[in-house]
Amino acid sequence: MLRIEGLTAEIDGKPILQGVDLEVPAGELHAIMGPNGSGKSTLSYVLSGREGYEITGGSVTFNGVDLLAMEPEERAASGVFLAFQYPVELPGVGNANFLRTALNAVRRHRGEPEVDAMQFLKLARVRMKELSMPEDMLKRGVNVGFSGGEKKRNEVLQMALLRPKLAILDETDSGLDIDALKIVADGVNAMRAPDFSALIITHYQRLLDYIVPDRVHVLMAGRIVKSGGPELAHELEAQGYAQVAA
Amino acid sequence: MNAINNAAGFLARADTLSTPVWAASTRAAGRAALATYGLPTRRAEAFKYTDLAPVTQAAFGAEGQALALPALPAMRGHARLVFVDGVLRGDLSNLPPRPLSDAAGLLGSLAHATQPLAAMNAALFEDGLFLDVPAGEDAGLIELVSVVTGAMGPIAFHPRHVLRLGQGARLTLLDTSDGVAGLGYLHNPVFEISLGEGAEMAHVRIQREGRAAFHLSSVHTAIAARATYDNFTLNAGGRLARNEIHASLDGPHAMCHMNGAQLVGDGQHADTTTDLHHAAPDCGSRQTYKTVLAGRSRGVFQGKILVSRAAQRTDGYQMNQALLLSETSEMDSKPQLEIYADDVKCSHGATVGALDAAQLFYLRSRGIPQEQARSMLVEAFLTEAVDGVGDDACRTALSEAVAGWWVGERSTAPLAGRA
Repeated sequence: MLRIEGLTAEIDGKPILQGVDLEVPAGELHAIMGPNGSGKSTLSYVLSGREGYEITGGSVTFNGVDLLAMEPEERAASGVFLAFQYPVELPGVGNANFLRTALNAVRRHRGEPEVDAMQFLKLARVRMKELSMPEDMLKRGVNVGFSGGEKKRNEVLQMALLRPKLAILDETDSGLDIDALKIVADGVNAMRAPDFSALIITHYQRLLDYIVPDRVHVLMAGRIVKSGGPELAHELEAQGYAQVAA
Repeated sequence: MNAINNAAGFLARADTLSTPVWAASTRAAGRAALATYGLPTRRAEAFKYTDLAPVTQAAFGAEGQALALPALPAMRGHARLVFVDGVLRGDLSNLPPRPLSDAAGLLGSLAHATQPLAAMNAALFEDGLFLDVPAGEDAGLIELVSVVTGAMGPIAFHPRHVLRLGQGARLTLLDTSDGVAGLGYLHNPVFEISLGEGAEMAHVRIQREGRAAFHLSSVHTAIAARATYDNFTLNAGGRLARNEIHASLDGPHAMCHMNGAQLVGDGQHADTTTDLHHAAPDCGSRQTYKTVLAGRSRGVFQGKILVSRAAQRTDGYQMNQALLLSETSEMDSKPQLEIYADDVKCSHGATVGALDAAQLFYLRSRGIPQEQARSMLVEAFLTEAVDGVGDDACRTALSEAVAGWWVGERSTAPLAGRA
């Protein structure tokens, strides 16, 4: 599904990713853990195509296609989804209008018919109920006045509607209380399928109690320094990054 | 260097007009000011960013030769007054207009010849509207429609509108100016509006003149105790458009809202100038203006707030935001606060910038193509401005006027494409 080889990237001339090698097979959920400043968020932005990062070496293929050559919207349309650590507020853009526009953009790319406002509402209501989201969140501006938990749920709602093949969850657990964490985890677990993979970027092991990964990778100073099974997350929690990576 | 722009053409025109006795002093004051000072150049502080030279250099014909009547904007309510080439047309209106002569005592009481646009209007007005809403009456929604026919040559017209709302009276005025593409006419309306105690007026203006036209308008409003004047102006048309609002909060607990949006496309210059006087205690004012600029264009916002010594506990707010969609657009923003009272809350702010990169990326990361994402953000910026308008019919008219502006602009102006 996703193959990253020797990826190096810098921002404003400062190297951040220093040779990342990583493979996520179809159907697997992988966690990336690492201390602050290790390059976790940079990796998620580079994969989703945000401007401002210079790729200086290496390659990323997504189902055999060169991901780095694609515009952000092309990556999204072909099935890459980034759940933002800090979802962006869009005053004046209604959430329903935003969600439907995104859904139709992706559906057009897949050759599927667009959904009208009524069809969309039916779809959205089902998903929102699963995420315990009040319906008035459709009427508000995108993420405007949303609490931290509501913003994260709105991210998971977008994922559930767009049905990506690869979801990158960037610190989706930050700022969530335990109830919200469970709801968000349930939303991710519901996506599990043979053709769905996820890259779960997190600082703490807590989220991984609810979304059990197939593999755990430790990212330090822009490199994957250790990989292992789910138990690696517990080791990290108990002993700290420095100890485990040594 | 000439300190004044030559107003000879306008003066010659003024000398051909016959003036009734009730208008004589207003006319004389306007003519004298125009003869002495002409039209201001950019050396005048209030016109530093807006050059009126193209207006003085244009040749305007004396009379419109009425051609086919253009389509009138869609009816939003039940009552409308229609001006064609600056002349009130009873046959197209469905309100019995009161003659301007009935407004004799009010004429010139708020718009003084010291203001250049008002002076030009006073020297040259030939027609106008007098709306008098008696105390306690709710006049509902009235539309004031201005269209031009595309006369034989470009003409200049200077309507003078006088409105009076009695104590507790209410009025929503939807005031639209539409024009003809490619015709370099001048529309120079002046409003004199007096609001009695507790009166409420919503004044929604949609300026959509042709792209070769000049629109120079000024609103002069006196607001009595507990009364509210609520102005929203969409400044969208014209080659050169200046919209002045002069408002005075004259009694305690009076309120003034001045909001608006400017859509400035390739080849356009749009200026909003507000001049607000807090003359009484416990009054409030709110101003939010949003300007979007594309192509080779220039936008101006000048906002003056004067708080007199007597105006204690004033609560004033002013915000000016501009979105630059091209590298060849320019926004000039000048807030000006003059405060003589000591117990005052008065804030102002201005932002000028391009589309937000983080917002753009967020939309694109959801599969929305770049150009569509841009359009969504431009529309959102304008939606935020328009959504504050309380009257449903007026808000709908504004939304329709704003919708698709950027898409149209992008397709016609090649320079407008880059944010």
